[in-house]
Amino acid sequence: MIYLDNAATTLHKPKEVTAAVVKAMTQMGNSARGAHKGTLTAGRIIYDTREKLCRLFHGPGPENIVFTLNSTEALNMAINGLIHPKDHVISTDLEHNSVLRPLYRLNKEQEVELSFVAADKTGCMDYNDFEKLIRPETTAIVCTHGSNLTGNLVDIKKVGRIAKEHNLLFIVDASQTAGVFPIDMESMNIDVLCFTGHKSLYGPQGTGGMCISKDVIIRPMKVGGSGIKTYEKEHPADLPVRLEAGTLNGHGIAGLGAGVDFILRTSMDQIREKEQALSKRFYEGIYPLSNVTIYGDYSTNNRAPIVAFNIGDYDSAQVSDELAEVYDIASRPGGHCAPRMHEALGTKEQGAVRFSFSWFNTEEEVDQAMKAVSSIALEG
Amino acid sequence: MRKKELSFLVTFHTTTGAMAMEKYCHEHGVMGRLIPVPREITAGCGMAWKAPIEKKEEIQLLIQKEKMDADGEYEIEC
Repeated sequence: MIYLDNAATTLHKPKEVTAAVVKAMTQMGNSARGAHKGTLTAGRIIYDTREKLCRLFHGPGPENIVFTLNSTEALNMAINGLIHPKDHVISTDLEHNSVLRPLYRLNKEQEVELSFVAADKTGCMDYNDFEKLIRPETTAIVCTHGSNLTGNLVDIKKVGRIAKEHNLLFIVDASQTAGVFPIDMESMNIDVLCFTGHKSLYGPQGTGGMCISKDVIIRPMKVGGSGIKTYEKEHPADLPVRLEAGTLNGHGIAGLGAGVDFILRTSMDQIREKEQALSKRFYEGIYPLSNVTIYGDYSTNNRAPIVAFNIGDYDSAQVSDELAEVYDIASRPGGHCAPRMHEALGTKEQGAVRFSFSWFNTEEEVDQAMKAVSSIALEG
Repeated sequence: MRKKELSFLVTFHTTTGAMAMEKYCHEHGVMGRLIPVPREITAGCGMAWKAPIEKKEEIQLLIQKEKMDADGEYEIEC
């Protein structure tokens, strides 16, 4: 199988990730429960992973890295734990449902007012719109770093500056960019960075988290076991335990740590350049096909390694199924959990076929994918 | 049971703080190890850094210098 659905999850992981998980499963006790060899092994691996992620995102400290199951959980915790009833929040048309649905629910249940920066037909935004939408009751901007549908990047440094100037919280969804694009919590004025472990950080599924800036206090979504302060009725207030009730996914976090090691060792720049080159090669290969429509902003090469397209008026699900069954190529059709983005692109009915590339793809795989798309397009 | 001896003990606000202390001490050759917090200090749970009593000042200095997440410092037989 040629796997080109890396924006959903990276299927091919560095061998060190698998080895770290297997090792953890034979050596790890429960972190923070007692002080024997097993629990200390778990504690050390988890702490090391916090340090690596903190370095990757230029966060304030390892204690400001909180582990969650995935981006969706991190975004739910940040959005629900920071936004109050009747607040006004600004977001964008580029967002995934992991941002949209928590916001829509707050709108319905807690009278939180929402405004969205509109995307045009290439999925681009006018950054001036962020400021135009600010009201006296605005408290936060929640924004993706890169569209999971088009691969368009958002200039989060620019948005962060706007948030800082207006004293707004800035929550960033880095699901598609963590590990590939430089993120600096401090210089980008990010208050909460939400990431998932199983995509471009090459960790196992069930890993993810938040990097939280100093002085940002998130109300915990869950409280309970902490391994410390047993007889206090309230869950401990200090980070990271404040937001990590219950046993952590230590085995997964060990794998995530190995994934981050792989990125730091290989170099993020090298990973990004290769993925962008593969993505560009595919784009240039299918662009000349007369009945192929490609979505997104290609006026720049600085894009997430994603190419979304349709062939004529074929259902994207049918094209993706043809690619899987006839050519053994894995792609993603449909709505990609990005309803507002599809509305902006005019693809709500048809959906789109998405190819997304990783470090482990090759030019040969891209060429085979181009040939397969050409064959289907020429049939049409 | 091993005989108790007078030790210098440091407790932490979080497990992450305890792990940071352990990592720093191992990397810098500072004597000591993490143990379960003795009941004389708290009837809760958690980890404490246990060091020989003669290392007290050295450890107090590093806690200050490295801004370790220390919750309490004790001289205790354990």
